[in-house]
Amino acid sequence: MGKIELTKVRKSFGDVHVIPGIDLTIHDGEFVVFVGPSGCGKSTLLRLIAGLEDTTSGTIEIDGKDATTLPPAKRGLAMVFQSYALYPHMTVRKNIAFPLKMAGMDLAEQDRRVERAAKVLNLASYLDRRPGQLSGGQRQRVAIGRAIVREPAAFLFDEPLSNLDAALRVGMRQEISELHQSLKTTMIYVTHDQVEAMTMADKIVVLNAGRIEQVGAPLELYHNPRNLFVAGFIGSPKMNLIEGAEAARHKAHTIGVRPEHVTVGEGPWEGVVGLSEHLGSDSFLKVAVEGIGTLTVRAAGEVGVHHGDRIRLAPAGKIHRFDESGNAL
Amino acid sequence: MARAVSPRRKLLTTLAAWAVALIIFFPVLWMILTSFKTEVSAVASPPQLFTADWTLENYAEVWARSDYPRFFWNSVVLSVGSTLLGLAIAIPSAWAMAFVPGKRTKDLLMWMLSTKMMPAVAVMIPLYLIFLWTGLIDTRIGLVIALMLMNLPIIIWMLYTYFKEIPGEILEAARMDGASLWGEILYVLTPMAIPGIASTMLLNIILAWNEAFWTIVLTTTKAAPLSAFIASFSAPQGLFYAKLSAASAMAIMPILILGWFSQKQLVRGLTFGAVK
Repeated sequence: MGKIELTKVRKSFGDVHVIPGIDLTIHDGEFVVFVGPSGCGKSTLLRLIAGLEDTTSGTIEIDGKDATTLPPAKRGLAMVFQSYALYPHMTVRKNIAFPLKMAGMDLAEQDRRVERAAKVLNLASYLDRRPGQLSGGQRQRVAIGRAIVREPAAFLFDEPLSNLDAALRVGMRQEISELHQSLKTTMIYVTHDQVEAMTMADKIVVLNAGRIEQVGAPLELYHNPRNLFVAGFIGSPKMNLIEGAEAARHKAHTIGVRPEHVTVGEGPWEGVVGLSEHLGSDSFLKVAVEGIGTLTVRAAGEVGVHHGDRIRLAPAGKIHRFDESGNAL
Repeated sequence: MARAVSPRRKLLTTLAAWAVALIIFFPVLWMILTSFKTEVSAVASPPQLFTADWTLENYAEVWARSDYPRFFWNSVVLSVGSTLLGLAIAIPSAWAMAFVPGKRTKDLLMWMLSTKMMPAVAVMIPLYLIFLWTGLIDTRIGLVIALMLMNLPIIIWMLYTYFKEIPGEILEAARMDGASLWGEILYVLTPMAIPGIASTMLLNIILAWNEAFWTIVLTTTKAAPLSAFIASFSAPQGLFYAKLSAASAMAIMPILILGWFSQKQLVRGLTFGAVK
C-alpha cells in the first residue's frame, strides 16, 4: 500500500512562503514525477512528505493515517538522495542492511534480503566494498538497494540521476522504470529534467513557485497544457509562443505551436534559416519569420536546408491558444 | 611553474628553522641533562651544559622517596577520565550546534571560547570553596570534573568543526532508514568523525596531563597527579635541581611517548578540513 494524500500543505521559512498551499492525491502504485525549474519547491515538497521538514500547516496522510507529525522513520517511506548519501565507513552489505538493522530484524532475514536486493541490482560482487571504491552508477544502485530492502510503502527519489553522466543517466532511468514495473510500489520522483518526467511518469505534477500548475499523464500535459508555463516547460525543444497579429488572427493573446508541428515547404510563414542542426534522425532549425519572430522547427529525417536559406513554413498540428493571463482557451 | 628556491636561501631558512627549534626545545634539553647531574654540578656557576660526573642517582632517589606509580595512575585516570566525560557531553552538543543550529548558536560558541580567556586564578577561591563544601577536595572525581569543564570549550569547538564537514544528507538518510537520534549519532556520525574525535581526544589528554594549576590547588595527596608530584620536589627546605629535573623527566615521559607515536594522527586531526 502507498496512497499519499496532501491537504492544504503549506511551508514557510520565516517570511518566505516556499509552498503557499498544495492539495494532491498520489494513488497506490503510481509513479509520480514532480517537475519544475530550480527553486520551484519540488524538493521541499518531497522532504515534507518524507518528514525531513515540518509542515507549517495542512495534513499529510499516508495510507489513510495522519502522518503530518510522524518522524521520518515512522512513515514507512524510503528515500534516495541526489548525493546518494551512502555511509562511507560501511561496506555495501552494511549500507544496504542498515535500515533492517535499525528495525531490529534478525540477521538471517537481513542477509536474505540484502542478497536478494544485490541480485536485482547487479551488486552481488561488490557487497564487501566500500562506497568510495564504487563508480557513480554503482553508488546509486546501492542507494536504491538500501531503499528497496525495507519494502516501503513508497519510494522518494530526489533528483537521483543528476550526478551521473548522460549515458549512465539513460540506463539508470530505464532501470528505475523497470524496478517500478516489477515492484509496483508507489514512487515519487523529483527532477528538473522534463525528459525524465515524460519518460518515467504515470502522472506528472508541474510545479512553479510552490504552486501546482497542472497534474496529468505525460501526453495529456503535452497535448493539453493548461497554461503558458506548462506549455513552455513540457516538450523539447520548447513550444513556439507567438503573440501579436498572428495570435489575434486565432482570437487569442498568445498562440503556441510545437516545433514538431511546423512543416517546411509551402505555407503562410516565410523566413530565413539562422541555425540548423542535423542529427540524422531529426533536423532542428531556427527560422526568423517576418512579423512573428524566431521559430524553432523540428523536421523528421534529413532536410536539405541550411543557414541563410529562405524557406516557407506552415503550422501542421494543433495550435494552442492562450488568453491574456496565460490560461489555455 | 614551481617556485624556484636558490640553494643559499634554502640553507639560510633551514638554519633559521633549526635555530628556532633548538631555542624552543632548549629548556627540555636542559632539564633532561640536569636530571643526570649531581646536585653540585646542577647548581655550578657558571652553568655547565655538560658535566663529567653523570649519575642515575637522582632517578633512584626520586623513585625511592615518593610513590611514583600512584601519581602516574592518578594522571592517567584524570586525563583519560576527563577527556572521556568531556566527549560524552561534547558529541551531542556539537551535533546540535552543527546540524540544528539555533539563532544564538554562534554566540554560544563564542561565549564558551571566551571562558578560556579568563585567568584560572580568577575563579580559584569560589571553585575551591565549592569543592570544599561538596567534599570534592583531593578526590579523583572532583578533579575529573574540574579538568573536563576546563577543556570542554575546546572539545566542543574541535568536534563542531569536524561535524560541520559531514554532509547533512547522510544523517537525513539515517533518519529515513529508521535510526533514532542516538542511533544516528552512534552508528553514523561518530564513526564518520573518528579521525576528528581521535585527535580531539589526544589533544585533551595531553592538556589534562600537563595541567598544573588546578591539580595542585585542589589536591593534597590522594588524587594528586604527576604535575603535583613535580611540585612536591620544590620544598621550602631548599631546591634540589637535579632531583626536580629527574621528577619532571619522569612526569613528562609517558605523555611525550604518547605524543610521539600519535603525532601523525594529531597533525591530521588538527588540519582536518583545512585542505579540501
